[in-house]
Amino acid sequence: MLTALIFTPVWITVRLLFNFCTMDLVFIRQAGTLLFICMILILLHGSRGEIPSKPIAATILPSVKPNDGVQTYAEDQKNNLPVFTMNYPRIQIPFEITLWVLLASFAKIGFHVYHKITIWVPESCLLISIGLIVGAIMHSVHEEPPAVLTSNVFFLYMLPLIVLESGYFMPTRPFFENIGTVFWFAVVGTLWNSIGIGISLFAICQIPAFGVQDINLQENLLFSAIISAVDPVAVLNVFEDVSVNEQLYIVVFGECLFNDAVTVVLYNMFSFVAEMPVVEPVDVFIGVARFFIVGLGGMAFGILFGFVAAFTTRFTSKVREIEPLFVFMYSYLAYLVAELFAISSIMAIITCALTMKYYVEENVSQRSCTTIRHVIKMLASISETLIFFFLGVVTITTDHEWNWGYILFTLLFAFVWRGLGILVLTQIINPFRTIPFNMKDQFGLAYGGLRGAVSFALAFTLPDTIGRKQLFVTATIAVILFTVFLQGISIRPLIEFINVRRTNRNLETINVEIHCRLMEHTMAGIEDLCGQWSRFYWKDKFMKFNNRILRKILIRDSRAESSIVALYKKLELQNAMEILDTASGDISAAPSIVSLSEEKKSSSKLQKKFLAADLRNIHDILSKNMYKIRERTVAYRGKHALPNDSQTREILIRRHATIRRSLRPRSCQSSNVPRTHKYFSLPAGKSLESRFDAARWHYTDDHETLSEVAYPSQRSRFGKPARSSSSKAMIPLHRLGTLEEVPSTDVLNEESSSTGEGVFRTNSSYSDSRVPRPRRLNSSFDDNNSSVDDLRNVHEEDGVEQVGQRQPSSPAPGWEAESRETTARNPLLRRPQWNPKKK
Amino acid sequence: MYNYKHYCKNLHKYIHIVDVCFFTVSQEQIKNLYQRFQQLSGNHEKISRDDLERIPALNNNPIRKQIITAFFDKRNQHQNDVGSLDEIGFEQFLMVMSHFRPVNSTATEEEKVTVRKQKLRFLFNMHDTDNDGIITLDEYRTVVEELLSQSGAIETEVARSIADAAMLEVASTNVHSPHSRPRMISMKESHLSILNRFRWINIFSMMSIRFLDMNSATMRCGKLSS
Repeated sequence: MLTALIFTPVWITVRLLFNFCTMDLVFIRQAGTLLFICMILILLHGSRGEIPSKPIAATILPSVKPNDGVQTYAEDQKNNLPVFTMNYPRIQIPFEITLWVLLASFAKIGFHVYHKITIWVPESCLLISIGLIVGAIMHSVHEEPPAVLTSNVFFLYMLPLIVLESGYFMPTRPFFENIGTVFWFAVVGTLWNSIGIGISLFAICQIPAFGVQDINLQENLLFSAIISAVDPVAVLNVFEDVSVNEQLYIVVFGECLFNDAVTVVLYNMFSFVAEMPVVEPVDVFIGVARFFIVGLGGMAFGILFGFVAAFTTRFTSKVREIEPLFVFMYSYLAYLVAELFAISSIMAIITCALTMKYYVEENVSQRSCTTIRHVIKMLASISETLIFFFLGVVTITTDHEWNWGYILFTLLFAFVWRGLGILVLTQIINPFRTIPFNMKDQFGLAYGGLRGAVSFALAFTLPDTIGRKQLFVTATIAVILFTVFLQGISIRPLIEFINVRRTNRNLETINVEIHCRLMEHTMAGIEDLCGQWSRFYWKDKFMKFNNRILRKILIRDSRAESSIVALYKKLELQNAMEILDTASGDISAAPSIVSLSEEKKSSSKLQKKFLAADLRNIHDILSKNMYKIRERTVAYRGKHALPNDSQTREILIRRHATIRRSLRPRSCQSSNVPRTHKYFSLPAGKSLESRFDAARWHYTDDHETLSEVAYPSQRSRFGKPARSSSSKAMIPLHRLGTLEEVPSTDVLNEESSSTGEGVFRTNSSYSDSRVPRPRRLNSSFDDNNSSVDDLRNVHEEDGVEQVGQRQPSSPAPGWEAESRETTARNPLLRRPQWNPKKK
Repeated sequence: MYNYKHYCKNLHKYIHIVDVCFFTVSQEQIKNLYQRFQQLSGNHEKISRDDLERIPALNNNPIRKQIITAFFDKRNQHQNDVGSLDEIGFEQFLMVMSHFRPVNSTATEEEKVTVRKQKLRFLFNMHDTDNDGIITLDEYRTVVEELLSQSGAIETEVARSIADAAMLEVASTNVHSPHSRPRMISMKESHLSILNRFRWINIFSMMSIRFLDMNSATMRCGKLSS
């Protein structure tokens, strides 16, 4: 009976999952809804199943063990060796947890099918709604929600995940720029809220009409501490989408992070105090002292563990597979140890993440870095999803103690004190800020005070000794639902309506980085000049300390790397990835206009015949030096080793070499063939030279084509409309060219000896080996009369090889005259003649 | 300590400067700046390049040279003058400092634009060493190389390729402009773009965006504590 109950839906689910992958988008939603139903059924059966199944297990287990003496009975049992057994209780808890997580994740997939939903309704609302529906179903069949969310589970497993995510992804620079304001709002603001709400609620409790006179001050404070934890995930999403100014964003971000810490401290303090019969004035002072010890102690632990983690990753270069583990283990360790000493574990894990992030990400490999980020994101989103989901379920299924007066006043006070707090605190902090918060910012801050997962979890895990726990849970749920639904949905239109100051964030270009650094250095310099010590001074000092000491200890490759270089490398890596993506997909793409025109041009220029020996050479060269994108050989590797990424690295090296070479000076006259180099962060297929030429010869044309062609990464960054067909065809072709033509020997030479052959080779190998080569490879060998262009390519390739072997038979003696230092000779560095003077 | 008499004598002049540049400082703050000025110059009326180069805290700054040069650059004096000075008095010192003022919240849109432009101009002048209104690739390279010079491990090759890449980035973002030409950016261009175009389209508008931060970051000259 039980088997059938559980397995039928499971089977259906599996089938559906299978279909899910193959179905069209249209069906996905239907499948999704079906899945929901199935999952719900499973959950219901699962939780129902535990009642009858327990006795079964109980009878089976003892029947075997103690009856050793009675052989016959045991043999009887053996004879009836069960063909099919089931031990549900054994797997019950992990099984149900898995199903819950799956269900919540399906819900997430479900409402991302329609993007418009998540734009206008925050995800937390949707999750709560689904939770409410599930709760309603469970309620209708009289089911209890699984008792998964206990105090220990929340504090030991779920909270650290959420906090680790926010700590790790904290934007460091803006955070430290606004650190004062962040702490001001997080600490003082939370204190203000909890004390304000607590005392006003206590005043309300004195009114006999509400019938809540038994709630004393301590309990009120405890409750108000719970509901003063703001958790504006939804708001942050909105802020990110409309890209409000950085200051506002980071203050909301930091506030929600650190006020969790403050709230938990307050919660622990008040829940201790709430059980004390009498509160002496001394206890208040002890409480204040404890507050600071808890906070600062947490920070100290966090920094300690952060540095240890960074130091550990210094030695993990041989065991890349377990690298990501250290991040999680150390931050969790920091959390647990802080918990052990009853100091703020949230502070510990945040500071740990902040401290180690910088060093760890330099030590670990690119892949581990990605893994770390993804896993952190995933865990946090699971944890949060579960809490919101659970909140929906609990809202329906538990008994509530509804007290109109108390709950309405809670709502009112929560709103009023938040607004007042922001207003007053901003007035105090504004004189210390260079950019003060204006009224709009303050509105955004105040209105962004949503309550969320942490509040609910804290309320739900209140000790049972609190007399009015039911009322507190109800009130907390009411506040959360009110703020999440009403404010969460309305904040986007409001923010857009009042037009809060906006900035253009997330724009990663080298120029931005360079100018940021330039300005920072300028400011530091000016401050030094004025003899004033402030933020820039301290930043300067810290960077010096960091570069001199910390990096030497913590980072394997301890050469200090400027952030400009780091960004440069990152962009280049991105670029290489993109090239690989597009190039492998579009090999058979039609030749573009540009390459066609080039062919015409070159065919008139080059009329050379080839010998059979040459052709053989060509064949050799091509087979040796072509880059094999589609190579599919699988390298054998140990069980615990990761697939090696030497190929990617090779591409990167090639790109480095390419760029470096392309930037070398060469005279325009010596190579008339239009070049097809590609720089990253440049319009594809449009090297500067070609722009230059085009601009000189047909100026108007240039304007049009250029505006058409833009580099895809920039396109995606700026969200420009779809590319035109011509540029589309062009991009992969040119890319392919840059990827393929560089022989490996070339790369090596390039790396070892920066002068000499490498310079000569550039023009020929580079400009001439163009995309058509791989495509028409066969035809060029079949008959000698194939396109001259191809032959030319091949020939030039040959020339390249010869130069590589240091045979001075290379053509174009003009190149030899050039050295890299003669930048003035490069026409691109000079001002073009047609340039009208601007002065 | 400092030459109070001289200071008082010229106070009205300084206040005038302050008014001209709508440099929101009180007399108290000017006094602080004056004290620092005296300290730097060793109680002289003029300050020279050597005085600034002697500041120990400035030694580690990779762009120290540019910063010091900026103080002696006539272009930063709010007068349409070109060239460089050998010594500057307190007035000129104030003028240069006025580039770093924050925009106060009551400022009108026009004022904000003006201030932003001035800040931009200051930065531009730091790049444009030969004062032809155009940043050439070489000038840009110099700056980048110097920025990177602090972390010694970087070869000049890398610095160069970064500068080139950055310049190309500028060139590539300038596509729509008929005035654009590879590897150079004229100041006029940038000003046009700030006013008329989308902000991120070119390098200087990028800087102007960063300038919003810069304002937040900008040390308030007036608020000198020492």
